[in-house]
Amino acid sequence: MSGDEVIVRVEGLHKRFGRLSVLSGVDLDLHKGEVVVIFGRSGSGKSTLLRCINFLEDPTEGTVEVAGVQLGGGHRTRRKREQIRRIRLHVGMVFQQFNLFPQMTAVENVMCGPMCLKDADQKSVRKRALDLMERVGLGDKADEHPIRLSGGQQQRVAIARALAMQPEVMLFDEPTSALDPELTGEVLAVMKSLATDLHMPMMVVTHEMGFAREVADRMAFFHEGVILEEGPPAQIFGNTQRAETRTFLDAVL
Amino acid sequence: MERLALASARVPWRLKIAVVWVGIFAVLAYFFWIAAFDVEWIQDNLGYIAGGLIYTLQIAVGGIMLAVVLALLGALARISSNPVAYGVAGFYVSFFRGTPLIVQMFLIYLALPQVRTNLLDKYPGFPEYLANSLVLDAAIAGTIALGLNYGAYMTEIFRAGIQSVAAGQGEAAEALGMRYLQKMRKVVLPQAMRVIIPPTGNEFIAMMKDTALVSFLGVTAASAEIFRRSQLVGKADFKNLEAYIAVALLYWGLTILFTFFQARLERRMSSGYIRIPVADVGHSHGGGG
Repeated sequence: MSGDEVIVRVEGLHKRFGRLSVLSGVDLDLHKGEVVVIFGRSGSGKSTLLRCINFLEDPTEGTVEVAGVQLGGGHRTRRKREQIRRIRLHVGMVFQQFNLFPQMTAVENVMCGPMCLKDADQKSVRKRALDLMERVGLGDKADEHPIRLSGGQQQRVAIARALAMQPEVMLFDEPTSALDPELTGEVLAVMKSLATDLHMPMMVVTHEMGFAREVADRMAFFHEGVILEEGPPAQIFGNTQRAETRTFLDAVL
Repeated sequence: MERLALASARVPWRLKIAVVWVGIFAVLAYFFWIAAFDVEWIQDNLGYIAGGLIYTLQIAVGGIMLAVVLALLGALARISSNPVAYGVAGFYVSFFRGTPLIVQMFLIYLALPQVRTNLLDKYPGFPEYLANSLVLDAAIAGTIALGLNYGAYMTEIFRAGIQSVAAGQGEAAEALGMRYLQKMRKVVLPQAMRVIIPPTGNEFIAMMKDTALVSFLGVTAASAEIFRRSQLVGKADFKNLEAYIAVALLYWGLTILFTFFQARLERRMSSGYIRIPVADVGHSHGGGG
C-alpha cells in the first residue's frame, strides 16, 4: 500500500471525432490519494479525457487502466461491456450539468446506483445514502426533488450519488462551471473535504485556480489534445515552463 | 349594434357556449321528432347494446396493452445498433402503417386459418395443436390486429419519447455502472413516459372507436361488442336511427370519460418537474425495488 500505487493509468490515448482530433496522445497516471487538476482552454480535450476514462467515449487509440482492468477502444462485445461496467463501478463521475434524475428525490438519486447492484438491501442502502447526504451538508433535503434544489445543492447531491458506489477514484468534469458564482464555494468545499478527509483520488477538470492551488497535488495543462505542461501547483504557478500555460493562467487568474 | 356588442361582452363566455350547445340539441331534437324518433325503443334496447361495452373495452384494453409492448420493443429496436432488431422493426412499422387496419384484421382472422391447412398438408408431422393456434376467435383476431396496427404507429411515439430524454441522463446512469435494461427501466423510460403518455392516451381513445371494425369479422351475437349489437337490433326492428344514435352516444361517453382520466394522469406525472409543492402527489415511486 505505498503512496505511489497507480489507480488510473492512461497510456497513448487518442480520440478522434471523424476528422477532428481531440486527444493526440495523452499519458497520465493518478496515484492513490492524489488530486490532479486538469486545466486548459475549452476544446483542448480535458472533458474528453475524463469521458474516455469511464468509456462514455470510446478511445480511438491507446488504453485506460482502472483498478487493474486495462481496456482500449473498439467494438463492444458482451465481454467488453462487462469490463467497461467493472471499470465504471470503480469510477465516480460528476458532470457539469449535474445530470440528477428528476423523477427521483435527492436520496433516491443517491440510492439509485447501489440499488442496481446484486443483493442490494434497501434499508442499508438508504441508511448509507442518508449518511452521504449528511456528509455533503444536505441531510435536511433528502426527500426533495432535484428541481427544488439550487444548483450548488444539486451538484452536492450528484457528488453523494457518485460516492454511494464507493468508487476508488472520482472524476469531476467542470463541476462548478454551470453554477452561479456564489454557489461554487459550497461545492468546492465538499470536494476539498473528499481530498483531505477521505484521501479520495480525484481528477478535476476546472478553471478554479484557487481550488487547484489549495488542493491539487499535481496540475496538467491541456493544449490542443496533449498535456503540454505538468507539475505541482507551486511549479505551475510560480515557475511556468511554457508560454501557452502562462498565457492561459494570465487570462484566468 | 354597439349596444348589442356591449351587452354581449357582459355575458360570460361559457354561458354563451352553453346556449349554442342547447341550440344544437334543440335542432337535433326537432330533427328526431320529424324522424319519429322512438325513445321508448332505445330505453328497451339500450341495456342490450350497452351489454357489449365489456367486450368493446376488453378489445380496446387488450389491443392497447399489446400495442404498448410492441411500441416499446419497436422503439428500442429503432434506436439500437443491432441490424437485425433495426431491420425487423423497420419492416414491422412500414407494413402495419402502410396497409389498412381492416385488411390486417381479415388477414389475421381469415387468412391465417388457410395457412394452417396448407401447413398441415405440406408437413404432416407438424403438431396440430400448434397449427390450430393460427385459427383465432374473431374478437382475439381483432384485438391482435388492433395491437399490431397501433403498435406500429406508437413505435414512433415511443422512439421520440425516449430520444427526448437528455443524453446526460443516460450517461449519468451508465457512469453509475447501470446495465442497459437498468438504465432504461430506472432512468430513461420514466422520463420518456411524460412525453409518451399523452399521445398514447389519444391512441387508446382512437382505438376504442376502431374496435367497431371487429364487428365486420362477424362475432357471435352473445359476445358482440356494442357496434355489432346495435347493428343486430337496429336491423331486426328497422330502428337504425335509434340504434346508431344510441351506440354513437356510448362511444362518445367513453371518449369523454377517458379524456378526463387522461388529463388527471398527466397532472399526476408532472411531479418532480414543478417547483410548487403538490400536496396530493406523495412520493409514490420507491427508490428502486
